[in-house]
Amino acid sequence: MMRSDPRALQLNEHGQLKHFLTLDGLDKTILTEILDRAESFLSMGEQSVKKVPLLRGKTVVNLFFENSTRTRTTFELAAKRLSADVINLNIETSATSKGESLLDTLKNLEAMQSDMFIVRHSDSGAPHFIAEHCTPNVAIINAGDGRHAHPTQAMLDMLTIRRHKGSFEGLKIAIVGDILHSRVARSQLQALTTLGVDDIRLVGPKTLVPNFFSEMGATICHDLEAGLKDVDVVVMLRLQKERMKGALLPSEGEFYRLYGLTEESLAWAKPDAIVMHPGPINRGVEISSEVADGEHSVILNQVTNGIAVRMAVMSMAMSGQLQSDEAPAAKDEK
Amino acid sequence: MKLRIQNGRLIDPSQNLDKVTDLFIDNHKIVAIGEAPASFEGAEILDASGHWVLPGLVDLAVSLREPGQTQKGNIATEGRAAVSGGVTTVICPPDTRPIVDTPAVAALIQDKADEAGMANVFPIGALTQGLEGAQLSNMVALTDAGCVALSNDRHAMVNTKVLSRALEYAATHDLLVVFHPDEKSLSEGGCAHEGLMSTMHGLGGIPDTAETVALTRDLLLVEKTGVRAHFARLTCAKSVEMVADAKAAGLDVTADVAVHNLLLSDDVLNQFDGHYHVLPPLRGENDRLTLIEGIKQGVISAICSDHQPHEKMAKIAPFAATEPGMANVEILLPLAMKLMDEGDLDFSTLLTCLTSGPAACFGLEAGSLSVGSFADFMLFDSTARWTWTYESRKTKGHNSPYFGDEFVGRVMSTYVSGQRVYQAI
Repeated sequence: MMRSDPRALQLNEHGQLKHFLTLDGLDKTILTEILDRAESFLSMGEQSVKKVPLLRGKTVVNLFFENSTRTRTTFELAAKRLSADVINLNIETSATSKGESLLDTLKNLEAMQSDMFIVRHSDSGAPHFIAEHCTPNVAIINAGDGRHAHPTQAMLDMLTIRRHKGSFEGLKIAIVGDILHSRVARSQLQALTTLGVDDIRLVGPKTLVPNFFSEMGATICHDLEAGLKDVDVVVMLRLQKERMKGALLPSEGEFYRLYGLTEESLAWAKPDAIVMHPGPINRGVEISSEVADGEHSVILNQVTNGIAVRMAVMSMAMSGQLQSDEAPAAKDEK
Repeated sequence: MKLRIQNGRLIDPSQNLDKVTDLFIDNHKIVAIGEAPASFEGAEILDASGHWVLPGLVDLAVSLREPGQTQKGNIATEGRAAVSGGVTTVICPPDTRPIVDTPAVAALIQDKADEAGMANVFPIGALTQGLEGAQLSNMVALTDAGCVALSNDRHAMVNTKVLSRALEYAATHDLLVVFHPDEKSLSEGGCAHEGLMSTMHGLGGIPDTAETVALTRDLLLVEKTGVRAHFARLTCAKSVEMVADAKAAGLDVTADVAVHNLLLSDDVLNQFDGHYHVLPPLRGENDRLTLIEGIKQGVISAICSDHQPHEKMAKIAPFAATEPGMANVEILLPLAMKLMDEGDLDFSTLLTCLTSGPAACFGLEAGSLSVGSFADFMLFDSTARWTWTYESRKTKGHNSPYFGDEFVGRVMSTYVSGQRVYQAI
């Protein structure tokens, strides 16, 4: 039985990115290349003319099966700054025939001769599925799949950390909140371990931070003080309201009391610690307004960095596609 | 018609038999082993030299998909798939459409199976009407119509009072009940074993407690009601322990396992390949090894294919959106034989779990070459190397992770009641 390994799926025969599906299996060299390239685009954003012609004549389709204004907008902006033509498609998934409609949608879009799909989907592994079943030479960028991965978000977080801390060596980093349901946390964990951070703490109650994460290179803390003690970076995750319904937490109030980031709890971290959040933030649920708007917060820098990182990833994947002389991947008939 | 199977190696664990000898068949039944009965001069002779002569396999879990889901399979195609794998007795679940909760549906399945003339087919009847877990089915009428057991299949019994009454009623009439232990509130929304793999890949987890919490309840109710019970498709290490304890305490229970839970653990999920999406799920490595140990200890006495054929589109989707199940009935024996190397199981134990073991769980007269039995058997080439391909498959199903794999050992021909129903080319 021949199935392509998803980690191999995203690299061409020269080891360059041709899709961007997950950080799993990408080495430090590639991650650093993404960050370096993003840095060069960042300085460009400060100029009056913000466009480069790297994707001129290419068609990029924002394929969002799950709503997200913010991520979609930054991808759109990134594509436009690379001079691509951009189409936005918001597709509601019908629960009855998810798989069929996904493949049918894909076949229709292929007929439009697109060059890149930016995919967000509620099923973990959906971008892998699309990369496997898609015509060759179309690059797939994962914009968030289920609970599995959100690799561009993780890389923009890495860029934010590197710009504030200089390097990753010796950093202590805490990720706080709903780790279980977070694709951001999973991708951050992979990026941080690959970039050489060895003190990564996942903080939250057992219902939101299952023990299996300890096998993925993190330390689990159920106590916020222990989790934040002397850290350089605090990443707060968004707490979805439906978690209360699923009996994972008693109330927002109790969560905030135990795990909310306030000026008092932030004092346990290093004096120069930075505070990050993938957004949108719930003020008074996981983070206080004082901290969100305070001097430690780099939340808005993250947004700016997001455009640069997405430009970097899109341009790398497109050139990886062009430089791939691989035969079209065999379509699986099983 | 008289038939002499000559010079084959007869292996039948049910009578502790393993020797090169002759098998004599008359009027659909086995009439002698070794010495020819007086009247056998001029009988048709089949030379089985170099082949093994094995009892036909008894598979406790083959979804035939008929009536109601014939886009996935039907009684003729799946029956043919079964006999091509040497499976001569098939137990099929009640989850057809309509459900096997009336004698008419049970009769329809058996009539169609007779017409197809492939494997012997025995339906399981629904324990509750519509498998809805609310109202008892007409259990006695279903049994009279040929159902060999009653089960609510994978539709978990949420209402424990209804379950308890169903068991009391079944016990009244000494009927066998098949359990698929599953605490729905724990398994709901999951598609993979709750563990490192599902956590890493963001797949909804099914904790082992989904099985063990239900199993605990079921065992207590079996003890109280005294019903004859069979536990189907165990997947967890802890479940093996619990069934072993129940047996030691004198409870009349048996258990089976799907062959894929003996061969695979959840580490195959790293490719998001929907072909490995099965329910109950592939568990951790410790679970897999404990299930094998359960076979060695006799706690689990049957290995089944859990054959679930699907149309092509059912698996063309992201992992969680695929339909669960594999269609492996035609490679059941060579798959199980992989456990000789990978699980340190001997052939005799494996064959027992594929023949007389499952037959005993359901009280069937099958899975044996003993004199007086129906002549259900196969000729098996134990050294043949062959590749099972998508193109050459017999099932209508499109779903198996094993297409393209090479196997050692091949079913060369299959006989049901002395009639040849399959021959490999």
